[in-house]
Amino acid sequence: MARIRLENIAKSFGNHMAVGGLDIDVADGEFFVLLGPTGAGKTTTLRMIAGLEKPTVGRVLINEVDVNAWGPAERDVALVLQQYSLYPRLSVRDNLSFPLRSRIRGLTQPEIDARIDYAAKTLRIGHLLDRKTDRLSGGEMQRVSIGRAIVREPQVFLMDEPLSALDAKLREALRSELKDLQMRLGATFIFVTHDQVEAMTMGDRIAVMNKGRIIQVGKPQEVYSHPVNTFVASFVGSPVINLIAGQVAGNAAVVSPGAFELPIAGGGREGRYTFGIRPEDVKVEQGAPVVARVHDIENHGIEKVVTLRIGETLVRANVPARVAIGLEDEVRFGWNAEKVMLFDADSGVNIRAA
Amino acid sequence: MAVVSSSGQRLGNRVAIAAVVVITIIFLLPIYWIGSTAFKPRNLATTAPPTIVFQPEISPFVKLFTKRVQLKPNEKIDVANAPWWEQMIFAGGERISRTGKGEIQLSGYPDRFINSLIVAITSTVLAVGMGTITAYGFSRFKVKGEADLLFFILSTRMLPPIVVAIPMFLMYRAAGLNDSHLGLIILYTAFNVSFAVWLMKGFIDEIPREYEEAALVDGYTRLEAFRKIVLPEAATGIAATAVFCFITAWNEYAFALILTNKKAQTAPPFIPSQIGSGLPDWTVIAAGTFLFLLPVAIFTFLLRNHLLRGMSFGAIRK
Repeated sequence: MARIRLENIAKSFGNHMAVGGLDIDVADGEFFVLLGPTGAGKTTTLRMIAGLEKPTVGRVLINEVDVNAWGPAERDVALVLQQYSLYPRLSVRDNLSFPLRSRIRGLTQPEIDARIDYAAKTLRIGHLLDRKTDRLSGGEMQRVSIGRAIVREPQVFLMDEPLSALDAKLREALRSELKDLQMRLGATFIFVTHDQVEAMTMGDRIAVMNKGRIIQVGKPQEVYSHPVNTFVASFVGSPVINLIAGQVAGNAAVVSPGAFELPIAGGGREGRYTFGIRPEDVKVEQGAPVVARVHDIENHGIEKVVTLRIGETLVRANVPARVAIGLEDEVRFGWNAEKVMLFDADSGVNIRAA
Repeated sequence: MAVVSSSGQRLGNRVAIAAVVVITIIFLLPIYWIGSTAFKPRNLATTAPPTIVFQPEISPFVKLFTKRVQLKPNEKIDVANAPWWEQMIFAGGERISRTGKGEIQLSGYPDRFINSLIVAITSTVLAVGMGTITAYGFSRFKVKGEADLLFFILSTRMLPPIVVAIPMFLMYRAAGLNDSHLGLIILYTAFNVSFAVWLMKGFIDEIPREYEEAALVDGYTRLEAFRKIVLPEAATGIAATAVFCFITAWNEYAFALILTNKKAQTAPPFIPSQIGSGLPDWTVIAAGTFLFLLPVAIFTFLLRNHLLRGMSFGAIRK
């Protein structure tokens, strides 16, 4: 098992900068998530750790050893991809034994069998061992490719959106299986995803990336409650956070153009800001200070996400499902003043987190 | 409506089948002609209208493989003790020429046929091998000036090859490659390799590189990954490319005629040379051509499944 450290890593393809100056320190046994939209440089970062790409500048260290000059085979990392992850034409058993038959490992047949048995038991794929890979479902395929990583007993597991091609139900099931597996193995996982739910539920720590840079690193709850800027705030969390342009006047947020005025804890310097408030912190209730109309209702089962309209401004709020509410109803709302985030109106930087 | 349209469809199908049958007959006619002529008695080979029904003979093949001399007017021959195939030659007013020890003298055909096999197989293996490796390089690595290089490779096919026949002849003479197997192998390999690169690049581009990268991460070298992962996946493309290269090398006539005359001569220039002077024996030429067709037919037949998949490769995969 291993600690992975990236020192000022950058990668350019021609004139295109895919990754620009990352510093990451992943502790031994940590489940570390790289989260970001398409093109953020997550996969490139992962490929540099695997040794499939050479960084343009910077160093990759595994257990404090500089591995820049090492090929993928020598780094002893396992990679699980979103698709094309299994060797075609080979049975599941042959897929699992393929990495073990490499000359650099030199394992004996009983050792190979033992490891395959262990992986098959761990992932409950014993009944699939003699199947060809084209006869597997998507979920089975991903189980097998995770199995192919497990048999290796690698320094670190690298996963590039392994669940993204699966349907929602399966994704949810495999999500908890993966987390469970990581804890049982006590292994270091670096997990790339664009799905913030995966990041929040599985990650010990999350690095939010955008345009080749790391925007914020932290525990899921930190990233959720104290996003460093509007990008992180809106990327993490579902339903998405309300970002409302307005001004601070004393201890109140004044939302232009004169739509409503609500208190904020701690106040702030007067000026233009973007206020961030998560939908669960917006309270729709009798006697609340602001009048609004119901613009849209989304039913999520145990709760509804209601979009409120105040003049031109739209605000999303979580409402328990049992509350009877109809389109264009007149309602009153307020917010939890403690939870309001203040972002600089121009740069989007969180004034209080900085 | 459904009934009408389906009967219309059925009619369309029948027309299509009829068209295929007619086209097939047109294409097969020359092959039938060659095949039937190869088994005809000499006097029926050139009749007009052509003789369809005849007693097939093996004598054209006997003549094809042996050297013969005309019987002298009073030459004594031992017809009764001669083997059956020699008796057929006597019937044509000839006898098989023998050495002083009485061994049968073979014609030039078997050697030329073997030359054709050597040259075509070797150049196909070389062209497909080099083409596959080159295509892999172009497909997987960033090559400086890749587009220009690929265009240059393709451009070698833009000139009709016969244009360079005379310079080639002079260069080969200077290099001592005239009438050598090596000379023809180099020429056919060079001619086919550009084609092989382009064809194989298409096939290899279709193989997801994730497979090899997985193998690299799993502890294999680039070469092992190529051998264990890419080659099996590219088998279809390799088979299709090999068939095309083999046919080109096997059929090539002009350069073989110019650059070889005896030792390394291939079958295509040899067969018509047997027309010779006097009355041509078309049955022998037909027999030579007929045998010459077989290797390509067998090779293509063996690889037919790969070929079909190869042709529709892009269409089937997403």
